Amino acid sequence: MLGKLSWNAIPFDQPIPLIAAAIVGLALVGVLVWIVAAGHLPYVWREWVTSVDHKRIGVMYCLLALVMLFRGGIDAVMMRSQQALAFHAEGYLPPEHYNQVFSAHGTIMIFFAAMPFVIGLMNIVVPLQLGIRDVAFPTLNSVSFWLTATGAALVNISLVLGEFARTGWLPFPPLSGIQYSPGVGVDYYLWAVQISGVGTLLTGINFTTTILKMRAPGMNYLRMPVFCWTALATNLLIVAAFPVLTATLAMLTLDRYLGFHFFTNEAGGNVMMFMNLIWAWGHPEVYILVLPAFGVFSSVIPAFSCKPLFGYRSMVIATMFICIVSFMVWLHHFFTMGAGPSVNAAFGIATSIIAVGTGVKIYNWLFTLYGGRLRFDVPMLWSLGFIITFMIGGMTGVLLAVPPVDFLLHNSMFLVAHFHNVIIGGVLFGAFAGLTFWFPKAFGFRLHEGWGKAAFWFTLAGFYVTFMPLYVAGLEGMTRRLQHYDVAAWRPWVLIAGLGMAVTVVGGICFVVQFVVSIRRREQLRDTTGDPWDGRTLEWSTSSPPPAFNFAVLPKVEGEDAYWIMKQRARDSGQLRAEPRYHEIEMPRNSPTGFVCAFFATVMGFALIWHIWWMVILGILGAWATFVVFAWRDVPEYVIPAEEVARIDRANRSHRREALAAEGAAT
Amino acid sequence: MSAVEFTGDPAAEREAAASKERHARGHGDGGPASKRIVVGYGFWIFLLSDIVMFSCFFASYAVLRDATAGGPSGKELFDLRSVAIETACLLVSSFTCGMASLAVIERHAGKFYGAMSVTFVLGAAFVFIELREFATMIASGAAPTRSAFLSAFFTLVGCHGAHVSAGLLWLLTMMAQIFAKGFREDILRRFLCFSLFWHALDIIWVAIFTVVYLMGVTV
Amino acid sequence: MRYPPRSVICLLALGAGLLLAGCGNGVLNPQGPVGAAERTILLNSLAIMLAIVIPTTIATLAFAWWFRASNPRAQYRPDWSYSGRVELVVWSIPTLVILFLGGIIWIGSHQLDPATPLDPQRKPLEVQAVSLDWKWLFIYPEQGIATVNQLTVPAGQPVHFTLTSASVMNAFFLPQLGSMIYTMNGMATQLHLQADREGAFNGLSAHFSGDGFPGMRFTMNAVTPDVFQAWVTATKRDGPTLDRAGYEALAQPSMNVKPAAYRSVDPKLFHAIVTQEVPPSPGPQTGKPSPDVKPK
Repeated sequence: MLGKLSWNAIPFDQPIPLIAAAIVGLALVGVLVWIVAAGHLPYVWREWVTSVDHKRIGVMYCLLALVMLFRGGIDAVMMRSQQALAFHAEGYLPPEHYNQVFSAHGTIMIFFAAMPFVIGLMNIVVPLQLGIRDVAFPTLNSVSFWLTATGAALVNISLVLGEFARTGWLPFPPLSGIQYSPGVGVDYYLWAVQISGVGTLLTGINFTTTILKMRAPGMNYLRMPVFCWTALATNLLIVAAFPVLTATLAMLTLDRYLGFHFFTNEAGGNVMMFMNLIWAWGHPEVYILVLPAFGVFSSVIPAFSCKPLFGYRSMVIATMFICIVSFMVWLHHFFTMGAGPSVNAAFGIATSIIAVGTGVKIYNWLFTLYGGRLRFDVPMLWSLGFIITFMIGGMTGVLLAVPPVDFLLHNSMFLVAHFHNVIIGGVLFGAFAGLTFWFPKAFGFRLHEGWGKAAFWFTLAGFYVTFMPLYVAGLEGMTRRLQHYDVAAWRPWVLIAGLGMAVTVVGGICFVVQFVVSIRRREQLRDTTGDPWDGRTLEWSTSSPPPAFNFAVLPKVEGEDAYWIMKQRARDSGQLRAEPRYHEIEMPRNSPTGFVCAFFATVMGFALIWHIWWMVILGILGAWATFVVFAWRDVPEYVIPAEEVARIDRANRSHRREALAAEGAAT
Repeated sequence: MSAVEFTGDPAAEREAAASKERHARGHGDGGPASKRIVVGYGFWIFLLSDIVMFSCFFASYAVLRDATAGGPSGKELFDLRSVAIETACLLVSSFTCGMASLAVIERHAGKFYGAMSVTFVLGAAFVFIELREFATMIASGAAPTRSAFLSAFFTLVGCHGAHVSAGLLWLLTMMAQIFAKGFREDILRRFLCFSLFWHALDIIWVAIFTVVYLMGVTV
Repeated sequence: MRYPPRSVICLLALGAGLLLAGCGNGVLNPQGPVGAAERTILLNSLAIMLAIVIPTTIATLAFAWWFRASNPRAQYRPDWSYSGRVELVVWSIPTLVILFLGGIIWIGSHQLDPATPLDPQRKPLEVQAVSLDWKWLFIYPEQGIATVNQLTVPAGQPVHFTLTSASVMNAFFLPQLGSMIYTMNGMATQLHLQADREGAFNGLSAHFSGDGFPGMRFTMNAVTPDVFQAWVTATKRDGPTLDRAGYEALAQPSMNVKPAAYRSVDPKLFHAIVTQEVPPSPGPQTGKPSPDVKPK
């Protein structure tokens, strides 16, 4: 009746996941109770859960990312502390538990923290920077978000029911096959990633269409902000790479569920094929993560240098170059599988070639700083921290791209330090820079500067103290994923890394405090004009937060840094441009499609994991019915009358007129 | 969503109108494209992503083609005659789907239902023959669990068959929608996507019967 | 402080760590020609990269400091956003570095191909390695003996490893001797290594393979040729034999296995494992609490 599910699924004999699940459950229930009890449910349902507004969806993505970043961070603390304790000792996490922790850590951080973070930022910013009202397919956007949330939900359910995968964040067979991982852990992983992968693919289609087919009048490709270029490259990568992940995980799923032989040891299965396929997705994936971060820096650095981005065309070429070459390097993840020297060397050379594109970008950012008038607000600090940190990580990456060197350092702590170096130094720093930069746009008030700086310094220091010793440990011969070890030479480095983790935790606490303080002091931190940073691109021409329709009239774009041109004209003439003629605006209606579809997807995923076949059918039928119901609706849009548009726009114009006058009086 | 916005400035409006003639919308700097173009474009990109997924299954089929683990190989299993019938069904169904598209342009409900029904019957015939082929193979011991080659075969061909089956469901839904709502703009956009989907499946079938069946029995 | 000097400090600390690592038992202190060549490539590549990274880091800090808004002496150039000369340099420097590195990659990969014998004049010692759950089995086909979790070889003589796995993927790694290589069931990979001096070297699996993975450690003892011969003779004197049944028992999952030796081994055993005549070893045995939930 309930498939493999029984009371045995709850880990009564393992206190740690039980307590963790209890805390998560209580927190979730607590938040839900508060929402309902305080009467916020209608608002939450109407304005957030069923919203198809890219700005709302982007905020929800970022919120999901931050929560899962926290969850993945706890896994990291557990791993570092276990390794710090487990020298000639068993530590406090037995192998079957530790193996789940590092697998969950990687899976959560990549799929449910980093991906949602960059997708969230792109959601909030890209339509605003393109000067349009929303993405190409707003309801599909909502579906994408909720399917990602489904994946996150399934991963967290594994805390209390069953186990998570014990294979690492990429489930290499034969270990991940049904013979060597007979439990439900790998199945949790497969369905969580597969379902959220569908959401991500839909995002890729959505944004590619939006950027290529919907830009404000006058915005040709070479007037598009670089953040939109990197968003384009990212979404092209998603469209091209995620189907590979879907296919590969589907093959592994068929092996596990129906006894197929794609990757089994016997009957002709080929584990090397899995490695090739999964990394053919896996390498573009890391560029999907980092390209939006590069885009953030291309927005932040010019804004805080009071200068346009240096070498715009070069940046565009470098971005598309990285996009294309990222598909040609996947074998560097398994040089040690024995492909032969010519094949290894070819992929090693291709990998180094990609470094050219990144190097060009770094130099262009540097020359943006050169000749600027630099302000060191928090987003700028993250950007400077990124430049130096990412260079070190990129350098160690190019080292690993040399096959004879990789033969020494593959799968070692050196590798672990390298990828954390580029993901934290690149993706996470970029996400935090973007978060701080665009928070006022999304919410109408700034984040507290002091706590933001504290968070930056502690996180930066914590990162270095945690991961630099791990480079050394890797050079000492320490391999990754060790639940315990007994080589004395590794010990001091592991201990220092544990200390570094503690420093990072302080940084995390500063983050949380920053949010709390900022929310409580939001009136003092209010952004009245919509342009708190003296920005250059179109999102800063709207109020903070922008109205649902973003722009009362779509801007006519006359050059790169379109808003800067408009602002300079206003500054020179001392007045805003003439009030436009206002017309009514049609906006897409809210829809529960995304939420309901994801609900059924969760039911289906859970049922597939536990082999509850009748529930699977229910889930599939429910998801399909949701789409049919959505397709049947008669009124997809609602109209905002011209008077309302005028009222909203005039309010923002009056704030800006005041600011312009104040500026004029000051000079 | 209104696609053309007025800037409120008469001179600029005249400029915009002139510029509109110069720049086709949705290209370069002409402003956002119309909904029909956006929907079609987005669906094309989805189709491209689906083709990437199929190419992974093709790649794994190519790698595992000789991994028969002592079991039957393609040469022994494939019946080219039924493959030819399947191909005929699918190709003709693409033609009748095209007829349905023409009927939509004419807004002729009768021709539309007729063409779609024939498309459905042909598509269902394809699925039926394919399922029968699978059942025969499994009954004779050539199940997907027998060898890696058979796993790859069943997955590649089966994935295509699953897409066709989903397409059949979609086809029925489209007929129901036209019946219930008439030839409304948004439903026509959806029908455009459906016909793109149906034709794309045809293209993939061509690749399958070449790579799997024709090359399977000759090489 | 408005910019991160910490990173420079950490670069220096890393450098210090690297120096310390050179005295340790890791890859920077190789004890064989393969590891030594690889270390040379590592350090050369590092030097080439640092020649770019260090000046760029300094430039970043310098630009950030000099062009701070409160510095009246810095020249503000609000319209300077393109320079052909700068672009040329910016594209050429990484390109040149990569060309150079590309040469190192091509030549190094061919010279250090794991499957190429180290010395065509000398006949290497043959060792067949099998990774099991969760220990290493080493078969000496010419000597007719086998060991578990310990490897004894003559110093100064090349060793030719042929490797496979009884079950899941692993990687055979001796950090101080150089290259690692994957082991996979149903196929054989090749590796050539040599220990130049006598000593005891740390060996491990470098590819996660399950619950017993941390215990897949072994020691390689490089001894003089006489001591090696004596060891072979002593091993052949007494101990169990490794036939098919013995192998099947060994292949059952076990962790933290103590080093052991077999006085004789079925000469066709390794071939049988590689061709899967001996089926892959089983996975976790199901047991309490529930076979579907947490097999232990």
